[in-house]
Amino acid sequence: MAENSIDIKGLTKKYGEHIAVNKLNLTIEKGEIFGLLGPNGAGKSTTILMILGLTEVDSGSVKVCGIDSSRYPLEVKRKVGYLPEDVGFYNDYTGLQNLIYVARLNNIPEEEAKKTALEILAEVGLKDVKDSKVASYSRGMRQRLGLADVLIKNPEVIILDEPTLGLDPEGVKKFLQLIVRLSRKKGITVLFSSHHLHQIQQVCDRVGIFVKGKMLAEGKISSLAQQLFSKNAFTLEGGISTVAQDVKPSLSLKELVHKIKAIPEVEHVELKERKFMVESHRDVSAELSRLVVQSGYGLNFLSKKEYGLDDIYYQYFQEDKNT
Amino acid sequence: MKNKVLRVGISKLNELKLREWTSNLHSLVFRDDDAGTSKGNFPWAPFKAMVQKEISDHFRNWRFIILFVIISLACMATLFSTMADGMKAIAADSSGNSFFFLNLFTKSNGTLPPFFGFVGFLGPLFGISLGFDAISSEQQRGTLSRVMAQPVPRDSILNAKFLAGIVVISVMFFTLSFLVLGSGLIALGIPPTAEEFMRIMVYTVLSIVYVSFWLNLSILFSVRFKQSATSALLGIAVWLFCTIFYPLIANMIIKAYEPSKFASPKAIYFYEKLKFYLGQIMPNELFDGITSAILVPSIRSLGPLSMEQLQGAIPSSLPLGQSIMLVWPQFTGLLSLTLLCFLLSYIVFMKREIRSRG
Ligand SMILES: Nc1ncnc2c1ncn2[C@@H]1O[C@H](COP(=O)(O)OP(=O)(O)O)[C@@H](O)[C@H]1O
Ligand SMILES: [Mg+2]
Repeated sequence: MAENSIDIKGLTKKYGEHIAVNKLNLTIEKGEIFGLLGPNGAGKSTTILMILGLTEVDSGSVKVCGIDSSRYPLEVKRKVGYLPEDVGFYNDYTGLQNLIYVARLNNIPEEEAKKTALEILAEVGLKDVKDSKVASYSRGMRQRLGLADVLIKNPEVIILDEPTLGLDPEGVKKFLQLIVRLSRKKGITVLFSSHHLHQIQQVCDRVGIFVKGKMLAEGKISSLAQQLFSKNAFTLEGGISTVAQDVKPSLSLKELVHKIKAIPEVEHVELKERKFMVESHRDVSAELSRLVVQSGYGLNFLSKKEYGLDDIYYQYFQEDKNT
Repeated sequence: MKNKVLRVGISKLNELKLREWTSNLHSLVFRDDDAGTSKGNFPWAPFKAMVQKEISDHFRNWRFIILFVIISLACMATLFSTMADGMKAIAADSSGNSFFFLNLFTKSNGTLPPFFGFVGFLGPLFGISLGFDAISSEQQRGTLSRVMAQPVPRDSILNAKFLAGIVVISVMFFTLSFLVLGSGLIALGIPPTAEEFMRIMVYTVLSIVYVSFWLNLSILFSVRFKQSATSALLGIAVWLFCTIFYPLIANMIIKAYEPSKFASPKAIYFYEKLKFYLGQIMPNELFDGITSAILVPSIRSLGPLSMEQLQGAIPSSLPLGQSIMLVWPQFTGLLSLTLLCFLLSYIVFMKREIRSRG
């Protein structure tokens, strides 16, 4: 049907005066793994609840596989597997029984439900403990059971709300690999929320950065930097020194800064204890190094700063704190 | 005569209001949830799975087992004490009634309350205990959002919990009634008459309706309050209010209006009416009325009667059909209270946001 698995337009949710999600636009293509990255309280869970029709939408629209989820929540739930944050199971049932129950809620006949459940349990690596009560499961096992629970309905889209919360690093790695493997194998679209950027970086095709109910930027990780730092896409860092005692620099440091500023398209120069930072619209490293050397200083190092998700993330969290 | 007309009027009104309510609510609550799945192919299999799970959960639950044992023991104890020293009294009680089996339910030797008293007293507790954590426990365990993410209509979970509760209550009450019938049979050696049997069955069904009112009330609380403890306490508080405090308050009000000996018949009639209606508001009073009319066939009216109405009445027992007519308004009242709780839980639940926990 529609190419986009998830299509969100102008989605808004208010709790009284507080705007939890603010005019969110987002499209996720079929087969994509999308990471929704944001700090606690950003509105990630709220957005996900609205995608599933589990809470009312104040304005805007959500379409999942072309179906409006506030009008036809049942149809959407048929196609979407959802793993809530901090998911719970019926503790006095076994893992297998929990799965079969969910399968039966999805109108899968009992025989078939059992067969599929066993297959999926093997796939997520819970085959050995399928007959023990969920109460005895570890956190990692529960999350994997949650993933099995999501997959048993054979969904087109899966939505995982902070699925790696509370797992140890090894568990996180395995869990993420599992998600990627299963979704690639079956061509499932994945929407995955987290406040942990490294995890998102590892597995996601595309990332959206979500702070205070607003999508600040979205796209491939490589292109995010350009989007976010489009004003000053290049940053050079360098260290200067006076070459030798006898060679007097022809310019004072102040004058040097002025000179650097005069280079076309340089926006901002900062000098601090013989280290400088230059922000510019284009790569000015050649002119810069010549200028420094000609002025009689030594150039200890000059490096182009690459923006990773880290910087992006912190930059925005910083901004968040400042405002 | 006037009384009867009034009764019929009340029951008509009840029915009318209910119908209006349900149709209103249907449009309010069902929005477009059902629009996707046309009415014809409602998926019954998931619903069945839910009900089955709830029922088996109840039967495996210690809370249920303990309450069941307590209620059974209490009922058996009264039954045996009644039969042991009350046998002769019951058999010889020839005050115009020959309903031995009904007496088993209503008479006691004075040390313990009669069987129906126990059911009326403990039944609400039973209903509350089945429902008070219906929704809130799922929410606390984080399973509610998982279930609600499956393609089942939202109300299914409420319906399933309610239906499972009713099934469990029915199993229990029919078991108890048959136990009483059976022990009566053994003691006396003759089977109950068809009339007695039918009366006991009607009584059992009505007590199921009564307990399902409490079940619904506690489900309503469990939908409304996040903490199971809150809803349990509130349920018990309502129950205490109905059984203990309300009668006290009602008594005080009635005392205040008590007419003197020389008051006009009109004032006395008003007083009697007041006494009657104050009693009728509470579900347990409604149920008391129902049980006594059904189990004691000689009761001819649940309200005050004027001299005029009493004139010419023959002191004999009513046939079952007439007894049912007699309790019809009480019955519809109870039923409408039950439905009201159910619909309120719908309204609260259908629009609610389902977060994973808390
Ligand atoms: N029921 C509610 N009432 C009022 N505010 C709420 C409610 N639920 C969530 N919020 C607020 O909405 C914001 C977004 O919450 P949430 O979507 O859970 O964030 P996230 O999942 O990104 O951590 C938070 O600031 C939270 O305080
Ligand atoms: Mg969240």
